[in-house]
Amino acid sequence: MSNSILESGAAMADGTPRRGVEQLSMQQALNRALDEVLAGNPKSLVFGEDCGRLGGVFRITDGLQAKHGTGRVFDTPLAESGILGMSVGLAMAGFHPIPEVQFDGFAYPAINQIVCQIARMNYRSRGTLPMPITLRVPSFGGIRAPEHHGESLEALFAHVPGLKVVSPSNPHEAYHLLKYAATRPDPVIFMEPKSRYWQKGEVDFDSADPSGSPDGGSPAGGAPTGAKVMREGRHLTVVAWGAMVARCLQVAGLAAEDGIDVEVLDLRWLKPIDEAALAASVRKTRRAVVVHEAPRTSGLGAEVAQLITQNCFDTLKAPVERITGFDVPYPSGDLEDEYIPNIDRILFGIQRVLEYRRG
Amino acid sequence: MVAVRHLDTSAIGWQRQGLIPGYAPELGQEAAQVGSGYAVDTTRDFVFPTYREMGVARAMGVDMVAYMSTHKATWHGGLYNPLESRLAPIQAVVGGSVLHAVGWAHGQTLDQTDGVAMAYFGDGASSQGDVHEAMNFAAVMKAPVVFFVQNNGWAISVPAERQVAGGSVAARAAGYGLPALRIDGNDVVAVVDATRRALAHARAGHGPVLIEAMTYRRGPHSTSDDPGRYRSLNEERDDAGEDPLERFRKRLLADGVADEAFFAEALAAAKAEEEHVRAGIQSLGSRPGVEMFDLVFQETTPALQAQAANWREESEHV
Repeated sequence: MSNSILESGAAMADGTPRRGVEQLSMQQALNRALDEVLAGNPKSLVFGEDCGRLGGVFRITDGLQAKHGTGRVFDTPLAESGILGMSVGLAMAGFHPIPEVQFDGFAYPAINQIVCQIARMNYRSRGTLPMPITLRVPSFGGIRAPEHHGESLEALFAHVPGLKVVSPSNPHEAYHLLKYAATRPDPVIFMEPKSRYWQKGEVDFDSADPSGSPDGGSPAGGAPTGAKVMREGRHLTVVAWGAMVARCLQVAGLAAEDGIDVEVLDLRWLKPIDEAALAASVRKTRRAVVVHEAPRTSGLGAEVAQLITQNCFDTLKAPVERITGFDVPYPSGDLEDEYIPNIDRILFGIQRVLEYRRG
Repeated sequence: MVAVRHLDTSAIGWQRQGLIPGYAPELGQEAAQVGSGYAVDTTRDFVFPTYREMGVARAMGVDMVAYMSTHKATWHGGLYNPLESRLAPIQAVVGGSVLHAVGWAHGQTLDQTDGVAMAYFGDGASSQGDVHEAMNFAAVMKAPVVFFVQNNGWAISVPAERQVAGGSVAARAAGYGLPALRIDGNDVVAVVDATRRALAHARAGHGPVLIEAMTYRRGPHSTSDDPGRYRSLNEERDDAGEDPLERFRKRLLADGVADEAFFAEALAAAKAEEEHVRAGIQSLGSRPGVEMFDLVFQETTPALQAQAANWREESEHV
């Protein structure tokens, strides 16, 4: 299934052959990760609506049923609470479920199972019933989809004790983060930026950093739950995740033309947040802007801003700025570009922070 | 059944005495609970309870101090080990665990074991969407599940006729293409027999079965409930029918299987057990606060560790 550019170099330190670097879309990278997880762990299962024969509406599970069988990769009835509730029982029976909710907005009908059951079962059972469930949620907007097909639920999930939340920003991150998440003993909500599914990028399969850093180095020290600096800069830190990382990198490129040196920090894990990497970056640049698609009020930007204030108050030169979606229901495609932080709004935010003067 | 009746009645007394903050009595449901729990094979089956399954737990041999600890407010899910006891943690979202049973059961199919999941729920829970999704999933996947419905006539204050459209949970099974039995839940022999047949059906790979055991909750919903606000004593007496314990006693006497000495012995054993359980829950201390932090994840987070450290620093009672 691959057109891999296999490199025939020396073996890795642990003896496994080097697999090199490939250009893949995020959809392909996720598909590859699931394929390898299924091959590596006989107790792992992939299921959800249309995940089997169709390969998922975004084709993330394409070909997996044919390869791993209908017992390992299967279609479920159309009922999100059922999918997640079944995951609880499968986890109790020793399986590692990797369920899919077809679109972010359809996670709402399953909130009871996610919040009351998946997130609490380890606690309720005093650690005897771990919930190694990786819930894949195609997330965020940007594809002009119908209502409930584009939502930003990260703050909701991150607020729930017992859940971990992660969002990849490019194919390399998608591959490595999904492989990592699917081997953890705790529930992980894996928020895939659906507007980035078809964007290609380099995936370094041999990355020394298990967190997926191509160069193996980041202020986060390569911790698998760490944030990652995607672009170094001196004047200001932009904190983003998911689809917004690519946009912020674009913004940083434009700002550089005006001599503004923007550092872009991909938070990656929205829970737990890598406070050390966040503080290290902002202590260096002394200014910060948080960018997210979700509505502003009680959004994750508030949490990030508070962590920065707490850890970097003495060095901050300006209040932390938030460039976010608005406190409105996610709009139709026609208004999507007005809602999602665009290049201009992010640039204005950067400018406000840079020009801030104490009164 | 005598032990369960005695423990159940005692638990209400313990609440009145302040030994435990609350309890969900099951007076009148002993035949449904003990009969079905007795039929479970704890070497291969797994039971998914709600919060009113003390009789099932006792019949399965679950440690009663560990079970009652949830009513002492010691730990939400109870202190028993679910994997060893084959009883899932006590569950307050009553429709939620029905889906867990389906997932666990499907896991047995994948693992090719002959274990069966028993999902307990009531007439009230049968209104929840999760129960419908569970029946549909189980039927589609032919999962080995026994849906054991205790229709005790009341969902707190709402009678079954205002809770279950059509009046029968068992009737719904036909819509999902799964077999159902509606049985006299106050006849312990009938309950054991029906549960064994259902378990055998599921175990043989024929898919899920639903049993609706018609019984009656004679007491309040919980120790905080006042049934006088929604039913009169006369109604209760008329609707409850014959006491399931009295009924079984008569049968055992008539069949010559037991005599008065047997019942006296059973009662004495129940009293001794009650004393043991009472002493056990009396001596249950509070859980160490650090468990609040340590048991959230298998792999904790830096933020949680920091909060635990703060708590240690700012608390005197660590």
